[in-house]
Amino acid sequence: MTGLPGTGRRPDGAAFIIAVLLGGLGGLLVREGGLFPDRAGYAGVGPGGMPFAVGWVLVVLAVWTAIDALRGKPDAREPIEILPVLWILGGLALQIALLKPAGFMVASGLLFACTAFAFGKRNLLITIPVGLVFALAVYGVFDALLQLNLPGGPVETLIFGG
Amino acid sequence: MTTFDFLLQGLSVAMNPMILLYCLIGVVLGTAVGVLPGIGPALTVALLLPVTYGLDPAGSLIMFAGIYYGGMYGGSTTSILLNTPGESASIVTALEGIKMARKGRGGPALATAAIGSFVAGLIATLALAFLAPYVVKLALIFGPREYFGLMVLAFVTVSAAFGDSTLKGLTSLFIGLALACIGIDQLTGQARLSFGVPQLLDGIEVTTLAVAMFALGEALFVAAQGPRGAEVVEAVKGSVWMSRDDWKRSWKPWLRGTAVGFPIGAMPAGGAEIGTFLSYSMEKRLARNPEEFGHGAIEGVAGPEAANNASAAGTLVPLLTLGLPTSATAAILLAGFQQFGLQPGPLLFITAPQLVWGLIASLLIANCMLLVLNLPLVGLWVKLLTIPRPWLYSGILLFATLGTIGANPSPVELTMLLVFGLMGFGMRVFGYPIAPVVVGLILGPMAEQQLRRALAIAQGDWTTLVQSPIAAILLLLATAALVLPIILRAMGKGRVLSAVAADED
Repeated sequence: MTGLPGTGRRPDGAAFIIAVLLGGLGGLLVREGGLFPDRAGYAGVGPGGMPFAVGWVLVVLAVWTAIDALRGKPDAREPIEILPVLWILGGLALQIALLKPAGFMVASGLLFACTAFAFGKRNLLITIPVGLVFALAVYGVFDALLQLNLPGGPVETLIFGG
Repeated sequence: MTTFDFLLQGLSVAMNPMILLYCLIGVVLGTAVGVLPGIGPALTVALLLPVTYGLDPAGSLIMFAGIYYGGMYGGSTTSILLNTPGESASIVTALEGIKMARKGRGGPALATAAIGSFVAGLIATLALAFLAPYVVKLALIFGPREYFGLMVLAFVTVSAAFGDSTLKGLTSLFIGLALACIGIDQLTGQARLSFGVPQLLDGIEVTTLAVAMFALGEALFVAAQGPRGAEVVEAVKGSVWMSRDDWKRSWKPWLRGTAVGFPIGAMPAGGAEIGTFLSYSMEKRLARNPEEFGHGAIEGVAGPEAANNASAAGTLVPLLTLGLPTSATAAILLAGFQQFGLQPGPLLFITAPQLVWGLIASLLIANCMLLVLNLPLVGLWVKLLTIPRPWLYSGILLFATLGTIGANPSPVELTMLLVFGLMGFGMRVFGYPIAPVVVGLILGPMAEQQLRRALAIAQGDWTTLVQSPIAAILLLLATAALVLPIILRAMGKGRVLSAVAADED
């Protein structure tokens, strides 16, 4: 398994990426905060003040992070396996894509199976049916009993009447 | 009316059968999530928020508080039998607890944890009841600048004062504050940082962020560690009853733990874990035979367990009286109040006394329920630990997305969940604390409002912030809490601070 970039010989490489991201976020906030016309009123601080200030602090924190990274203080990090993470993220993406067209049961059942796969239950022939049944039960409890409005697909409509 | 009358009145609310049922559901759920590693009370309450939207406000809030208390009880079981703390406030308990369990004294360890939690919960809840009216009186003289000072203090203590690194804590906090800027400005109604996406106008939902950070982030993090060897659950050997000697050695640590935990929870100083750490080191110093520590000293279980329950009650003091959350769970509880259109603070004691005192009284009842649930029935909870991890995390993720889908079944909201989950994962990998993000998101807009109000009152004069003695002291304390740890760490004494790191509950 490959680690994240920078976890190996150069322990501070990742910190630079974090610094760049923080700087980018800070710059965005400073820019957006500066866009507000000066309608500060009595307070002297308008709606743009907060994003502006938070943005600048983030820029400072980014510089601080970069300096720390230059000084090369290695953090003790555990090795990361990327494949299980991708399985879970894939399951979530699948759920987002399928929720409207296929309904809660199918979308969430597949998420269940993908997560189980990521944690080492690799037999999809077992995990998918388990996930579907579990999701259907959850749908029944929360949509029918607790009046939560979950998007239903054909199966849910058939059983619980939509 | 005196506090005592109010409390009696609250008890009459709490004895209502429906409320008792909510309370029972809360403590059972709370114990379960406390026992299960990977999910804590903050996450559970966040998951339940959308589900309870249509239910009775008083019942729901009592259920949430029951979850908080239950989590504190349940965590000890996992710590003692599995050596993996069920939630962050039980980390210290694991030190001595697992040693006791391995020596076949798991029963007394569980008993001293449960009874200690009960004693502490009872005393601390009563302290909450009797202290609250005074804090409310104090809070009534607070103006915007005092509130602002208080919030700045909370920001600093939650993010920077404890933990590994000031830099990382502050970074987390300001990420939360940045997210808090998104949406419509509450004072002028102008859209900020919405980038033309209509769903962003409402701002980032606290529940979405919390669920993503805690559930998704944690699941991704655990999955990324790859398969590990099966964890050994120590069987509960021997009687769960404590011997005379155990009682004699336990009662003082219980009381001392309560005395340490309650004020720490009540101060704007982060979660319950700090008190547990202090209690542990105190018991170690006071013990007649300190060499027993590290080999299963019962004092090392009794004290910290009492401290974490007392902290949980203590956290409710600023939450109920000032509307100020000092831990991630309290932040989510605040979101729970707001969901029902209630704003915790001094006014809540006047506008909804039934609810506030019903809640406090319910906590007393919850405590009694928890003692029963955790002592004779402890074997049931141990069974929860045998759920295989794939099923456990699959279920957690399904429920995590269920909450968001139920509240707002839009792809935008779910995508936000995914993005924040990824962010939570990254933050865990690189050692950034999670709680400051959540606290920043919920306290950020409140602090901004108070600041701008204070400045508007003073017509833009920034010195107004230090012209009131209370506000000046609060800001001074905040500065000290920011600067002192940096100096301590520079002097190479940072180990103590990272040991008391406030994590998530």
